[in-house]
Amino acid sequence: MQFLLQDELIDLSHNDQGITADTTVLDYLRLSRRLTGTKEGCASGDCGACTAVVSEVGEDGLRYSAINSCITFLGELHGKQLITVEHLRSNNTLHPVQAAMVRHHGSQCGFCTPGFVMSLFAMKKASDQSECGNQRQKILKSLSGNLCRCTGYQPIIEAGKEVLEDTTADQFDSSADDTRKRLAALPAATRSGHPFFRPRSLQQLDQLIDENPDAPLVAGGTDLALEVTQKLVSYPSMISLSRVAELRTIEESDHFVAFGAAVQLETLQVYAESHWPDLAALLDRFGSRQVRFSGTLGGNLGTASPIGDLPPVLMALNTDLILHGSGRQRQVSINDFFTGYRKTRLETGEIIQAIRIPKLKSNQQLYIHKISKRRDDDISAICMAMWVEFSGTQPDTKINAVRIACGGMAEVPKRARHIEEALTAETWSMRAVEKAKTAVRKDYQPISDARASAEYRLNVAENLLIRCYLQSVPDSGIVDIDHA
Amino acid sequence: MLESKSVIGDGLVHDSAAAHVSGSARYVDDLPQLENLLHIAIGASPVAHGRIRCIDLSEVSRSEGVVDIMLAEDIPGNADIGPVFAGDPLLAGDTVEFVGQPVFAVLATSLQKARQAVTKAQLDIEPLQAMLDLETAIEAKHFVRPPHRMSRGDAESAIADADLKIDNSFHVGGQEHFYLEGQVSLAIAEDDERIKVYASTQNPTETQVLVARVLDVPMHRIEVITRRMGGGFGGKETQSTAWSCLAALFAHKHHCAVSCRLSRADDMRMTGKRHAFFNRYCAGFSPQGQLQGIRYELAADCGYSADLSDAIVDRAMFHSDNAYFLPHVQIDGLRCKSNTVSHTAFRGFGGPQGMIAMETVMDEIAFHAAMDPLDVRKKNLYQPGRHDLTPYYQRVEHFPLADMIEQLEVQSDYRQRRQNIDRFNNQNPTIKKGIALTPVKFGISFTVSHLNQAGALVHLYSDGSIHLNHGGTEMGQGLMIKVAQIVASVFSVDLERIQISSTSTDKVPNTSPTAASSGTDLNGMAAFNAAVEIRSRLVAHLSETYSVSPDIITFANNRIKVDTESIAFDDAARSAWLARVPLSATGYYATPKIHYDRSRARGHPFLYYAYGCAVSEVAIDTLTGESRCLRVDILHDVGNSVNRAIDIGQIEGGFVQGMGWLTSEEVLWDASGRLITDGPATYKIPAIGDTPEIFNVSLLENIPNAEETIHRSKAVGEPPLMLAISVWCAIRDAIVSATGRAHFPQLNAPATPEEVLSCINRTRRSE
Repeated sequence: MQFLLQDELIDLSHNDQGITADTTVLDYLRLSRRLTGTKEGCASGDCGACTAVVSEVGEDGLRYSAINSCITFLGELHGKQLITVEHLRSNNTLHPVQAAMVRHHGSQCGFCTPGFVMSLFAMKKASDQSECGNQRQKILKSLSGNLCRCTGYQPIIEAGKEVLEDTTADQFDSSADDTRKRLAALPAATRSGHPFFRPRSLQQLDQLIDENPDAPLVAGGTDLALEVTQKLVSYPSMISLSRVAELRTIEESDHFVAFGAAVQLETLQVYAESHWPDLAALLDRFGSRQVRFSGTLGGNLGTASPIGDLPPVLMALNTDLILHGSGRQRQVSINDFFTGYRKTRLETGEIIQAIRIPKLKSNQQLYIHKISKRRDDDISAICMAMWVEFSGTQPDTKINAVRIACGGMAEVPKRARHIEEALTAETWSMRAVEKAKTAVRKDYQPISDARASAEYRLNVAENLLIRCYLQSVPDSGIVDIDHA
Repeated sequence: MLESKSVIGDGLVHDSAAAHVSGSARYVDDLPQLENLLHIAIGASPVAHGRIRCIDLSEVSRSEGVVDIMLAEDIPGNADIGPVFAGDPLLAGDTVEFVGQPVFAVLATSLQKARQAVTKAQLDIEPLQAMLDLETAIEAKHFVRPPHRMSRGDAESAIADADLKIDNSFHVGGQEHFYLEGQVSLAIAEDDERIKVYASTQNPTETQVLVARVLDVPMHRIEVITRRMGGGFGGKETQSTAWSCLAALFAHKHHCAVSCRLSRADDMRMTGKRHAFFNRYCAGFSPQGQLQGIRYELAADCGYSADLSDAIVDRAMFHSDNAYFLPHVQIDGLRCKSNTVSHTAFRGFGGPQGMIAMETVMDEIAFHAAMDPLDVRKKNLYQPGRHDLTPYYQRVEHFPLADMIEQLEVQSDYRQRRQNIDRFNNQNPTIKKGIALTPVKFGISFTVSHLNQAGALVHLYSDGSIHLNHGGTEMGQGLMIKVAQIVASVFSVDLERIQISSTSTDKVPNTSPTAASSGTDLNGMAAFNAAVEIRSRLVAHLSETYSVSPDIITFANNRIKVDTESIAFDDAARSAWLARVPLSATGYYATPKIHYDRSRARGHPFLYYAYGCAVSEVAIDTLTGESRCLRVDILHDVGNSVNRAIDIGQIEGGFVQGMGWLTSEEVLWDASGRLITDGPATYKIPAIGDTPEIFNVSLLENIPNAEETIHRSKAVGEPPLMLAISVWCAIRDAIVSATGRAHFPQLNAPATPEEVLSCINRTRRSE
């Protein structure tokens, strides 16, 4: 494999330096290269101290993304440029992002600082790419995956404002053309002595799966990497889905948008803004920025976590999954996909190829509620999605059809059939919702864990039904705490 | 004699800021690696309490890369590393007392190999009854240390005679430090049987003492060096030492370099946290909200051993008055034992858990007296010369808080906002807002008197550059820059002349931990004294050379003015050296005035108090219990600030850390005693989105410390954490709006969404 470490061409196909398929970017930096500016705070993608930036050739120039280097496999860097905190200074002068952090007293103990600097750097580089919202929101969103225990964040937010206001070009701007050319010239190798496979087509993928039945599939890897860093599992070989052309497509029709399974969550958000605004709002709180840059739709579904945030939403929307297994394709509703704790309908050698999400019609509403201890970068205690189709466009009309699904309430993301039944054909009213509430305990028997007790989960599920209703009627006052 | 104070008070940036942002600031794990560096991983108890029957490590020793294994019996010296009291075995002997207690250590050629080897151990442990519940431990009088009482007056009668009474209790959760840099230590075997240890510790001397103890060698064989920590917060005061001991033992045995770095999960399971408390109180007060008598029982979950718990519960007791005069008071402090990790120092050191009890009482009095809680608080404040005696008989002599509260009330527009909130709450049935203003009075000094001492070492080189060393450690709080500013001001030279250096036990011996907010007070004064000693030698030398009176020699702007002549500071240094004037000095400081007789619970344990107050406004969702902190206004007293930017950083950071403790950070164990919040995926410290959108911090201006502290400044490390109690009280205020005036909402901490919703439900159900 080949990639650029800033401007240095790294070729690991001939010289392995103890690198294995499951080596993380962080271990490569700290152990193989002794580039110790990038820190390990948790080795689980939760604190952001290890944040580095990856640039790759995009449609209009280089595209910069912040990644958690602790849960990114080195093999994913093939054909890309890796930039770490050590690369930001030029001619012994601090980069404007670094200078802003110094000027605003953005570091105290300094251990999380390189990660913040890199996330700010990525924010700056992406600041005119597909972003909306005000300055503060942009900063909070860009730094949602970086924890600081010392500063209380206030000076970092101030530094972020300065970064966004600064318009001067840096050394990365002046070398961007050169970098782009060098990256484009790197060979699109599919195989090397380094057993981190990067097939470029479904056909190649099928063959690799066939030949390496034990190799795990990497679809972002933000969950899989925890097996390596937390459970000390070794994977002698891995197959990445990130380059498979058929898994990267996005097709839009009048009725749905079909996303290839390897499309990143960050990209989904762009589409969600226009088609499912509530999903876009949820994605703001989905993992962290770093996780959304790496994590994919297919990965989030394939890992079949009972607490993933996408499944309940996609279930409520009655999403179809296109599955692909050597040479054949089949379609399965996501509502039939999850069969047990971390189990799915996927057969051996079969993968999710695409996720076909229906658009909303004018008489349909989507409500999404995520409850967690911390607003950002937290796993849901409960995530509820409700899709309702009304007989008319007025909210006080009859419910034609309703689909409700919850994460965090069972061993799988699960539909609320009893609640749905109670609501179907009723008039959308507080009375109907109050009545439907009683069905929550029929649909769900959740467990107590570190995120919440079973009783809280049930109680909140009941109350979230009320919140869905209150959201739809104009005179209920403010019901969203983020608008208080 | 000090002509220039230009470097004092300014918002100078942290000395390491440029290195921090460049990734070039080195932490222990970043040091250049020596050849054949070996790594440690630790095997821990899977049961909360049990007798070890058999430890089978045969598979471990056969595991790839394993070099050596250590059990308790392999430790040559005393294996007990208890910092104050015995009871903390470095490795468990016959019994284990918590899940995660270190039982054996593996040395291997890489960290990954060491960790993989550990998983292959077979531990056969006979389970014994485990104590895992604080209220049960209180009931059973299951203590790590005996209870202690403070009292003044006759609380019982005062409560009995009062018109109104409250009798209530609540839980306060613990807190994981979550320093971003986990526990780490690197030990290197040197010549002459010496060991050099690079440790991420707030306590290099204690590390030295304990490494010497486990090796059974004199302290002079051990050198402990700390340049910086990636955060400490108390978690590296005593509980950083074990990892240095293990690394040193292996390094000594194999005569090599050994690193011991805990994974985040091991760090969270193996090191103690802020103590959880169960606070009971019984108080009597007048219908006008005047407190008349109060009894407290403050019970801490100390975990399996004493560690620092005696002093921590004492500090909780010392702060259960917070800023209020308690006419008749009795405080019992209990140190309960449980089969969990031994809980330890954490910013505030028990103070927050005591203070939150008092603030709860204020809220409950206000609730029953139907008054604004702010008016009840104001009414009960200490009044110097009148109502100024603390429960431990120290007089509160200087008390700016009453004025500070008035100022903040106006500055934050408290009354108007209270009205706006009432209006909002009337119009919005689902989301409710709340507001609270709470004060902080925090006693400064170690309550263990002998710790209130410090040393420093200052060298003036012949080129006019200055080397600075002292016993304090840098954990991000800006101690090094503050002390450097102090030394620069003594010589009236630029800060660039001062070279900050690693804290090292061979430069300044027998130091106290950097803790109790005392870093600048103690080390700043010691360094000041060392610098003044050198300056007076320079003055004497110049006075002799120029035959002038020493009184007319002044220092300003890197120059020394001698009568009519002005000499460059470097020239003066060189001239003094040539004249054989010694240009190195030690400085020493011991805090004056403090004394405390614990047997009578009377004395003057604190040199002074640091003050602050905060107004927080929150919103809660009555359907889900979620909360958001919308606005915070803080007014804090740092005396004359040595460095405004650093001080404000401590205030903002301390506040948000306290807010985390009281809202999103929940430490949870399962029924078998296993910590289930053992990583950042389940343990949630505040993220950037939790920063209040409006966050105004101001310093109390022009009120120097009445005591003769360094530049009349005040300690700032811990006090601001407790300003966050205002957030917790504001959440309760919002709950009152949701549940009505019939029943006082007894909120536990942390006020997680679940706790807030549960409190709303409990309060409504009692109707």
